[in-house]
Amino acid sequence: MTTTTLAVLVPLLPFLGAAAGLLLGRTAPGFVRPLAVLPTLAAFVLAVLVALRQGGGRSIDAATELTPTGSVPIELALHIDGFAALVAVLVGLVATCVQIYSTGYLRDDARYPSYAALVSLFTSAMLLVVYSGDLMVLLVGWEIMGICSYFLVGHYWETPEARAASIKAFLVTKLGDVPFLIGIFALAVDAGSFRITTVLGAVASGGLDHPTLIALLLLAGVAGKSAQFPLHTWLPDAMAGPTPVSALIHAATMVAAGVYFIARLLPVFAASSAALLVMAVMAAVTMLGSGLAALAQDDIKRVLAYSTIGQLGYMTGALAVGDRGAAVFHLLSHGAFKALLFLAAGVIIHAAGTNSLAATSRMKGLRDRVPDAYWTMTVALLALAAIPPFSGFFTKEAVLGAAEHVATGHAEGIPGAAGWIVLVTGLLTALLTGAYAMRLWLLAFHGRGAEAPDHGKQPLAMNAVLWLLAVPSLAFGLATGALSDWFDGRDLTPTLTTSVLGTGLALVGGLVTYGAWKHTTALAARVPMGAVAAHPEGDAAQVEAEALASHAPAYGDVAAAPDPADPGRLLLGPLHRHAAVGFHLDAVYTTLFVRPVQAGASLVRFLDREVVDTYVHGAGAVPRLLGAAVRRAQTGNVQTYVSALLAGTVVLAVAAVLVATGA
Amino acid sequence: MHLTYPAVLSALLFCTGLYGVLARRNAILVLMSVELMLNAVNLNLVAFDVWLSRAAEETLHSGQALTLFTIAIAAAEIGIGLAIVLAVYRNRGTSDIDKLRDTAEGPDSDGPDSDGRGTDGLDSEALAAQKAEATA
Repeated sequence: MTTTTLAVLVPLLPFLGAAAGLLLGRTAPGFVRPLAVLPTLAAFVLAVLVALRQGGGRSIDAATELTPTGSVPIELALHIDGFAALVAVLVGLVATCVQIYSTGYLRDDARYPSYAALVSLFTSAMLLVVYSGDLMVLLVGWEIMGICSYFLVGHYWETPEARAASIKAFLVTKLGDVPFLIGIFALAVDAGSFRITTVLGAVASGGLDHPTLIALLLLAGVAGKSAQFPLHTWLPDAMAGPTPVSALIHAATMVAAGVYFIARLLPVFAASSAALLVMAVMAAVTMLGSGLAALAQDDIKRVLAYSTIGQLGYMTGALAVGDRGAAVFHLLSHGAFKALLFLAAGVIIHAAGTNSLAATSRMKGLRDRVPDAYWTMTVALLALAAIPPFSGFFTKEAVLGAAEHVATGHAEGIPGAAGWIVLVTGLLTALLTGAYAMRLWLLAFHGRGAEAPDHGKQPLAMNAVLWLLAVPSLAFGLATGALSDWFDGRDLTPTLTTSVLGTGLALVGGLVTYGAWKHTTALAARVPMGAVAAHPEGDAAQVEAEALASHAPAYGDVAAAPDPADPGRLLLGPLHRHAAVGFHLDAVYTTLFVRPVQAGASLVRFLDREVVDTYVHGAGAVPRLLGAAVRRAQTGNVQTYVSALLAGTVVLAVAAVLVATGA
Repeated sequence: MHLTYPAVLSALLFCTGLYGVLARRNAILVLMSVELMLNAVNLNLVAFDVWLSRAAEETLHSGQALTLFTIAIAAAEIGIGLAIVLAVYRNRGTSDIDKLRDTAEGPDSDGPDSDGRGTDGLDSEALAAQKAEATA
């Protein structure tokens, strides 16, 4: 088979799997698991083959036009360069791991067939986005991912949190998608084509009339999808979905789609230094804010969600300094270790029966209950905190190195201010990352107090996947030298200054948190806390749904817990209260957008009920009065009716006679 | 015989029947009045048929044939009518038409909501009547 055929099969196989899964889910439950895992696995293998054949050399382009669509043609086009080939491998790997993990995690879930089909559909859409060479086709995949995310976040729709979170995720990302769509149209009109290669050619020859406007419109969509400030608020709430979904969609792939999109069209953004500056500021605010917020969260998954937002901020920062190689490099390693973190968190939630760090910090021996999750999560957290020699170190230093490169004025056409902004906030965020990674590790695994409850052993499918994902988290850094050929060819090896600074700050953050934990941990025994799952014998998904539902009643809030033994509380001081609720951004949005919309809705309701309906009722009143008058004739006495009939007949007869005689 | 005699007789019969239908209270007498009206019509049919066929060269006597139909229908009608009256009498203990006013519109039925209630009331009454009929 040619490489093009293989590449077409990559998104097609999971799509067919999803369709078959949705059709056969009820009639043939035995086929659901193979139909979920095998197409995704095959797509992963094919993506690896495509990557090997592409080999980081010239990009593969193929296009076919199904039907003429008017002024600007829409084509089914492939555009596979080194970035696309590698990101597709990552998507395939994570999706396969998540599908295998889900067979264990949602073992007894009644809605597993539709869940697995949606995950497959999502995988297919993401692969379409990755391979597509046409912006319209890319947009199709982009929107399918949005709707899959909506359905999967709302998987536990019995709980009000999940329902609210799914609607919020959908609305907030759509808020970004509208300007995104307009931006794509504007770009296509300027460049005369939806094809990425043509667009890039037009940009290179200076053919764009409004680069800043287009870049900012596209940036709005990217901010929504990739959860960048100010459209990031949906991502922490999206943790109300099942953990494998969080791992696949809200950590490794979908949220990375925005970053990947900018990486594909980076010359469009680089044509406008204003857009780059906006991106740099956006990345800076996102990184710092999410780092602080992650320190204050109590739900283990929300810590990881804020960490995801921060790491995506790093990628946006790398793009803001014009280095898409570093951005996609970080995307790849982050996808692997963040998926691992989430899947391990799923194991912890199942084992501990709670998603609250305050509760796990009062459990002894949790790490002996889940040794696989303990060791793999330690690896992933070290990668997250960018400690050498783990993968995160190399990728984060590539980002910081790119920022330093720009800040010291070595790059043409990119404002030095953007470099400084990204470099300084990147280093500060490294400190925060070290701190919250340490806090998560200590609170989750080094609790003291009662013995951890025994909820049975996790299925093999769940634990095996953790080790599979631990390999890239450990060893992806070895690929640093080889990968620069796949990207734009810029050297990705860490530079000394930023490495020392970044690693040093991360270590300082970790050590300070350790000190704070030593200081506060004595308080833990004095304030007993903890809620444990009601059905420990259920599968992991049921335990998680119950943990999510019971967090707010048990601790007063979905995000925070009033735990004096939390080292984050000591470190953040008075800031903790604000960081726990995401710096009141939700409250601001409620005041700015939700309240006016609700007021408008009640106004419309008033107009409909009180004004429009008055006219309707008024129009009905006259016939009703007439009807009441006529009804009086209905006495029930048949003879009266016949008399009236006779009188009428006589009148008619007389009239007929008069007319006939011509009187 | 001149046509006037049967025509006048039939008009008298019809008026008597009409008076009976409009004024009598007993349902059986009302039915008998209806018969009177029908027979007035029959008389007219026969008389005019004879009168018209006298002038025509060829006739089918359709007026007399129609009379036979009317008699047959009248017989059927009186049979069903008497059966209904009998059933009503068994149920209500009376065959007085003035007291059989179930189809009257209630005075309170004003507006769609009360209409609904009104029909409900009628339905339940009709149901009760059916039940009583079944037990009788």
